[in-house]
Amino acid sequence: MEFLLLLGAPMLGAVLLTVLGAHRRAPDLNVGCSLLTFLAACALTARVISQGDLLVAREQFFIDPFNVFLVTLTAFVGLTTSLFSRPYMMIEAQHGRLSPGRLRLYHSMYQLFMFTMLLALTTNNLGLLWVAMEAATLSTVLLVTLYRTPASLEAGWKYFILCGVGIALALFGTMLVYFAAERVLGGEGVTALLWTHLDRVKGELEPTVMSLAFVFLLVGYGTKVGLAPLHNWLPDAHAEGPTPISAVLSGLLLNVAIYAVVRCKVLVEGSLQSPLPSQMLMGFGLTSVVLAAFFLWRQRDIKRLFAYSSIEHMGIITFAFGMGGPVANFAALLHMTVHSLTKSAIFFAVGHATQKSGSQLIENIRGLITLSPTVGWGLMLGSLAILGLPPFGVFASEFLILTTAMREQPWATPILLLALGVAFAAIFGKVQPMVFGETTARRLPHPPALLPVFVHLAIVLMLGLYVPPYLADWYREAALLIGGQ
Amino acid sequence: MSMAGTPLDLQILNTLAAVLLLLSFSMLAQRRIVTLVNLLATQGAVLFLATLLLAWRTGEGHLYLSAGLTLALKVIALPWLLHRLIRRLGVYWDTEPLLNTPSTMLIGLLVVIFAFGLAQPISALASTATRSTIGIAIAVILLSFLTMITRRKAMSQVVGFLSMENGLFFGAMSTTYGMPMVVELGVALDVLVAMLVLGVFFFQIREQFDSLDLHHLESLREDE
Repeated sequence: MEFLLLLGAPMLGAVLLTVLGAHRRAPDLNVGCSLLTFLAACALTARVISQGDLLVAREQFFIDPFNVFLVTLTAFVGLTTSLFSRPYMMIEAQHGRLSPGRLRLYHSMYQLFMFTMLLALTTNNLGLLWVAMEAATLSTVLLVTLYRTPASLEAGWKYFILCGVGIALALFGTMLVYFAAERVLGGEGVTALLWTHLDRVKGELEPTVMSLAFVFLLVGYGTKVGLAPLHNWLPDAHAEGPTPISAVLSGLLLNVAIYAVVRCKVLVEGSLQSPLPSQMLMGFGLTSVVLAAFFLWRQRDIKRLFAYSSIEHMGIITFAFGMGGPVANFAALLHMTVHSLTKSAIFFAVGHATQKSGSQLIENIRGLITLSPTVGWGLMLGSLAILGLPPFGVFASEFLILTTAMREQPWATPILLLALGVAFAAIFGKVQPMVFGETTARRLPHPPALLPVFVHLAIVLMLGLYVPPYLADWYREAALLIGGQ
Repeated sequence: MSMAGTPLDLQILNTLAAVLLLLSFSMLAQRRIVTLVNLLATQGAVLFLATLLLAWRTGEGHLYLSAGLTLALKVIALPWLLHRLIRRLGVYWDTEPLLNTPSTMLIGLLVVIFAFGLAQPISALASTATRSTIGIAIAVILLSFLTMITRRKAMSQVVGFLSMENGLFFGAMSTTYGMPMVVELGVALDVLVAMLVLGVFFFQIREQFDSLDLHHLESLREDE
């Protein structure tokens, strides 16, 4: 029931918003659908906590601690983003950047995008996971090009082709998994792509085929995670699309892609009994962290800056999952949560900051704090949080990852520390003059919605100081489920 | 593998696979976009015949369905959509490729050898009658990839992309007689939606630049 509502609400929302078009109430309906989705996700969580794992619709869907936590996070950020986007898109329309037709496209695609992500998270079928990931790309391509500027068209094209090709490789990987599974699970065919069944027999899957499959899956889904050197689409898509979309791309889609990688890793690792998948994840992760940290210095566009920061954090998470083991997995899951919350909060603040300055260029955004202290402080606190300053949650997860790395992969620790330091200097140096100093900002026709920013940051702060026991249990259970080592 | 001991239907299947590979090579060399789309449609038709033959040979019901899907989507719908787009947009020729044709062909040959090397362990384990064609499927995928890399026009890249999808489909068929039906339907839906999105997208690009040449889309650089 809850489950049906979870997938039904965004799907229905997409249809309704397409029909309604640019109705005055369309933004409210968008918020309503997101709220309904979030409530369904909460109910589902309560049920999984009380009754354990859930298999629905002839085992095509399943919910365990690992994905239910991501489902809730996705639904929550989806809700707050829809709250933020209400005034944001109204202001954009008033500034003449959007026509009613494009607002209709925006709202219906927003809900469709939520649907595809929730589908990807809850499906038990590796094939459907692929279909949902591809659909998530397709539903956002036209959102990236919403403004129809040359730069946005270029970003959209890059996004489409790079992710399309990447994900085609993942399909080949999925095929190989199916091939390996069919030999073990027999000719039933239908069950051979179900993750729960694969998980049960992972020890018997043919190692050579599975390792080949993992290469394709990692490169394929890794493109969507934005792992270097496959990250080219990410900064462009984040910078050129409307800001609410940057927030959900960065805060949610990347998480979903990592989720797909980790699900595959569990299977491959069980089959191979060798550290190859872990090493590949660590390698890709570290490369992304280092590369992104140095590219941060050269950014002149505020949204590109934080897009590169997302690549960096995805690298950290991938590295942590690569190390494996209960502690590193726990830290990676925590980092996924806090990164998602912090980064979307930052994008909310950045969105209003660019509207106030009329430019996305860092040098044109100055002295936010004089005209609107809330936007200024939101951006400042968000940046400090994402840079891993205590007492925010990012500090806690990065600290855990670094201490685990010191124990298990000592060689990687200095590289990580260096990259974090470089990133700190780059981002802090650029954000500080944007917030303080002489102002260039103007007033906006609608009051911005800044509540989501502070709600997100408050949760991140709480997670840094104190992780509630039930939440910790939940993470622990998920971390064990992912296993490793 | 000696052809003498192979049943006739398998011989035909192997021939069809070889035709598929040849088509990929001709796509690599072809610069006229209309011909490129026709080659893609032919590739779809060969794929359709191969699936049909395999369905008949194995008696697997879902293969008939996916053969029907191939016919509807890859032989009729997509080429029709592409031809319409070409006419409406007036793009008939691709410009000089990034690499000249002879060197592209040479790289293509190396790619095929690599593909067969990659297919070796999979073929050795596969129990399907079509296991010898897995290498060809991988070669088609990689050659399409090469087509995408060496082309400048958005339209040729899309044809490369779709040909890659054909290769994937053929791969699924030769290794496991296709994927489960839900997945195949989902993939087909995604491809169709992708084409529609692209159609919209092309018009946006044209409206903005008056051309579909991708060098207009090169202003965003990594370091900016």
